[in-house]
Amino acid sequence: MPSERMLMRGAHVVGEAAVRAGCRCYFGYPITPQNELPEYLSSRLAEVGGTFIQAESEVASINMVIGASAAGARVMTSSSSPGISLKQEGISYLCGQELPAVIVNMMRGGPGLGNIAPSQADYFQATRGGGHGDYRLPVLAPSGCQELAELTFLAFELADTYRNPVMLVGDGLMGQMMEPVVFPDPIDPKDLPPKDWILDGCKGRPPRAIYSLFLEPPVLYQHNLHLQGKYDRIAAKEVRFEHYQTEGAEVVVVAYGTASRIAKGAVNRLRREGLPVGLFRPITLWPFPKEALRQMAQNGIKIAVFELSLGQLVEDVILTVGARSEIYFHGIPGGPIPTPAEVEDYIRSVMSGDGRVGRRVEV
Amino acid sequence: MMVRTTFAGFGGQGVLLMGYVLAHGAMLKGLNVTYLPAYGAEMRGGTANCTVTLSDEEIASPVASQPDILVAMNAPSLERFEPTVKPGGLIFVNASLIEVSPQRSDVSEVRVDAVKLAREVGSDRAANMVMLGALVGKTGMLEVEEAVRGMAEATKGKEKFFDLNKAAIERGAAFICEGR
Repeated sequence: MPSERMLMRGAHVVGEAAVRAGCRCYFGYPITPQNELPEYLSSRLAEVGGTFIQAESEVASINMVIGASAAGARVMTSSSSPGISLKQEGISYLCGQELPAVIVNMMRGGPGLGNIAPSQADYFQATRGGGHGDYRLPVLAPSGCQELAELTFLAFELADTYRNPVMLVGDGLMGQMMEPVVFPDPIDPKDLPPKDWILDGCKGRPPRAIYSLFLEPPVLYQHNLHLQGKYDRIAAKEVRFEHYQTEGAEVVVVAYGTASRIAKGAVNRLRREGLPVGLFRPITLWPFPKEALRQMAQNGIKIAVFELSLGQLVEDVILTVGARSEIYFHGIPGGPIPTPAEVEDYIRSVMSGDGRVGRRVEV
Repeated sequence: MMVRTTFAGFGGQGVLLMGYVLAHGAMLKGLNVTYLPAYGAEMRGGTANCTVTLSDEEIASPVASQPDILVAMNAPSLERFEPTVKPGGLIFVNASLIEVSPQRSDVSEVRVDAVKLAREVGSDRAANMVMLGALVGKTGMLEVEEAVRGMAEATKGKEKFFDLNKAAIERGAAFICEGR
């Protein structure tokens, strides 16, 4: 049965959704602005007989994730930007070893220690792979509490389906904001499909091994091609996005997560005046919704990228759209939260071409 | 219908709880709601604020460009947030701590001697719930009973304060009706 409508903060929503999705293991190390997530799981996992460990470091926690995943558990870790940087080696190993796991990054201002304010400056790190080696991982970007719940479920599902880590990205605003949420049906981990590759004791069967060391070049060559085939399947099947008022729009804002919520407010303000503007919102940052965006770009519209970073999302838009449409960019780094009125101003500026807010991107 | 309310004061005045109670009451009423607390490296004695948006339609942005209503619990909050209120908006002033009035002529002021009224019902500390009662009494965004229901939901586990909080919400609403 789906839950009743509950008012919860975003970080708690992720924790509750993880438990309902069958996650029974969490390993992490504290960092603001995501501490409410491990705080919630520290008691909630105990209620369902799960395991919660506040590890001695981020590196330790991601390695605990590797172990639990190899043993077959649905497992999660979370952190915020600097902590996610520390986990990158482990994320690369998860990919190399084809281990499912869910990694939550409540992004904060950077680089370095930065601050704890909302930011989207880890877009490159998340979508290009902050760790070493040729790998990809699905990156999900919810824009509200209901979607935090649904995409947490999806993250576990994708991770198991493809035997690959999946990253969920939000920020302090997404984690602190409260909205009513209805959770999907809970999943009993015992009802999940059995995994025929896990290390759960080999009594009565041949032993298995999970590793990412392939010293022979032809063998690693084949392993990389095998991984690439998987990434190609994910890219073909798992793209998700939202069109909002894009029908007949002359300017379409491209934004995700927190930025997209603010942009949606701006679009509503302008639509009330009858102005033809819309919003295109990538929900999967990787795989990036290329086809849908490219189709829209063919209609000769202007594309106005808006992100809480200084030119990361816009690169995927450029790679996708090329010279088909005029592309504009406006980014806000370091944590100040723009209001819908400010984004409205940007859209007006793009519409009129007066260059007041944002800038035209040369392709 | 869409109403955005910013609550502001100093840490310890129950500013976030006011928003939390309003948000729960609105959710139980079946409205869409977002509750957005200011989130920084807060410290004791520092400032606190949150913005609650109620709507019968989907709420696009939880961030308000211009709140319709400001509830100012101390003077620095009035000074800081008065300029952000939408023209024609409403400012609730905690008259127990704020001597001045808003300087703008395009907003309306509702002065509530919240600490004194809270003391009448049992404790100074319920001043936040008095202000909330005045807010719903004046605007009708929730019925008083709906605000009380929201308070009960938002303060689960602290039932011993229920009677005091209920009395404070009702006192604030009565102050609006009766003018005293």
